[in-house]
Amino acid sequence: MNIIKAVNLVYDYIKRDEEDRIEEVKRAIDHVDLEIEKGSFVAVLGHNGSGKSTLAKHLNGILLPTEGTIWVSGLDTSDEEALWEVRKTAGMVFQNPDNQIIGNVVEEDVGFGPENIGVPTEEIWRRVDESLEKVGMAMYRKRSPNRLSGGQKQRVAIAGVMAMKPQCIVLDEPTAMLDPNGRKEVIRTVHDLNRAEGITVILITHYMEEVIGADRVIVMEGGSVVMDGTPREIFSSVERLKEWRLDVPQVTELAFELKKKGVALPDGILTREELIEALVPLLEHGMKGMNDVNKSN
Amino acid sequence: MMSIKAIDLDYTYGPGTAFEHHVLKHVNFEIQDGEFVGLIGHTGSGKSTLIQHLNGLIKADSGDILYHGTSIYSEGYKLRELRGRVGLVFQYPEHQLFEADVFSDVCFGPKNLGCSEEETKKRARHALSLVGMDESFYGRSPFELSGGQKRRVAIAGVLAMRPEMMILDEPTAGLDPRGRDEILNQIERLNRQHGLTILLVSHSMEDVARYVDRIMVMNHGEKVFDGPPKEVFLHYRELESMGLAAPQITYVVQGLRERGIPIDDSITTVEEARDAILSLLCTSKPHRD
Repeated sequence: MNIIKAVNLVYDYIKRDEEDRIEEVKRAIDHVDLEIEKGSFVAVLGHNGSGKSTLAKHLNGILLPTEGTIWVSGLDTSDEEALWEVRKTAGMVFQNPDNQIIGNVVEEDVGFGPENIGVPTEEIWRRVDESLEKVGMAMYRKRSPNRLSGGQKQRVAIAGVMAMKPQCIVLDEPTAMLDPNGRKEVIRTVHDLNRAEGITVILITHYMEEVIGADRVIVMEGGSVVMDGTPREIFSSVERLKEWRLDVPQVTELAFELKKKGVALPDGILTREELIEALVPLLEHGMKGMNDVNKSN
Repeated sequence: MMSIKAIDLDYTYGPGTAFEHHVLKHVNFEIQDGEFVGLIGHTGSGKSTLIQHLNGLIKADSGDILYHGTSIYSEGYKLRELRGRVGLVFQYPEHQLFEADVFSDVCFGPKNLGCSEEETKKRARHALSLVGMDESFYGRSPFELSGGQKRRVAIAGVLAMRPEMMILDEPTAGLDPRGRDEILNQIERLNRQHGLTILLVSHSMEDVARYVDRIMVMNHGEKVFDGPPKEVFLHYRELESMGLAAPQITYVVQGLRERGIPIDDSITTVEEARDAILSLLCTSKPHRD
């Protein structure tokens, strides 16, 4: 079943002068058709300005399509009546944790969303407990968010979204401002939510390593979806990715460089374990590995 | 020739309050003219506090900083001048762009230093050319630029002050891979071709491994490692316990070594690993022509 379906989606940023005349129109999304399966973990790649954040903002009705339609769990985001329901269904987490945390105490911050939509007090506390538990931040509930690390703040932000009982979480570069540990914490947390709670995750990122665990990778360029497949399929096209101003994980790049020199490795190596497994026999029987190469040359 | 020297720097944030925090603990180092040094450490390790000491934005509780042999804490020392010579590029420097167009923004620094109008314009033009921004950008509003371009303008604003040393706090945060490479290549060029001393604060071990000559690692306010990337990354297990890591390639190399492959354990970049693996494949072949 699809939780998200976009048909012929177009979005134009329109710049107007003082007299409200249109000065410039910039097409950020250009006829995108997209379906995302419920419960899946989808990573979205693309360089700055490729349209991925604009797409993300359509998933919970922050932006409404210029043309075409997007349905979130069957609800048309352009239908004003459905907007609250859409926002409850798909929650968003942004790049800068400091811009999204408003409470003076962690538990207040997490309870803000449900309180805002009129959830009864008892139920709010139950949701706060549950959400903090799910992101592993329960022991920090009485702390001030200001005293937390970046990774912990992002987990609090994710708990705030979870307290709305969403079916889907959209994260727009949630780790861009974090150190390596904070990055790992946040990525682990969203994978846990995806696996244990069946939450659909849409993760926008520039870090290729964070994409490896996804079910599916979408690459955007110039407002269109230009590649769509499993991480292994996507990262097999090292040269195409570089064309789109993207990178591949260093492990994949090393495998690609070795293959270019004629070393017999499989396509689309993603993890260091895979690379080591593939390299050890070749290095142990170096002669055989290079003989295959000579044949293929 | 010596450029900047920190002697026994010690700093406590908010002494006597509930927020008291010993941020720097007896930190010592020396950075030579023309060096390209990386500074790593997890959030809260003291690295941001440390770099703010280096151009006198924060004064140490004890210890000293010598710039070209003179203590910046000595009486009558012109801190204002120091800030022109040791340029600091903060995180997300594009948030500090405020003029109506790119050229005026870059002119702000030299004008503020008291340069003549002519000199100011000359410096701004030169600084913009150093970061690869041609004249077609001069009249544009900073807000119309891409993230990477904005950041380059912000760096040009610091370069226009003609610093001898530049300290950059995570200059690639939030940029896409190409934008990241562009900025780092430009910084490398400033170092290699123009002799600018660079101190680069980074969370990316891969970037640090690729660009810098030397790494300093901060942990809980102490400098724990200081050496070439190859040496520092050999301590990858200790780095992990500090919330850091080694470049991914280091782990591949370590994994191969655990499986009995005699590959050099100080390899940190893709190119080095490729060459080492290829040469192992070749040497194990008895007669290769």
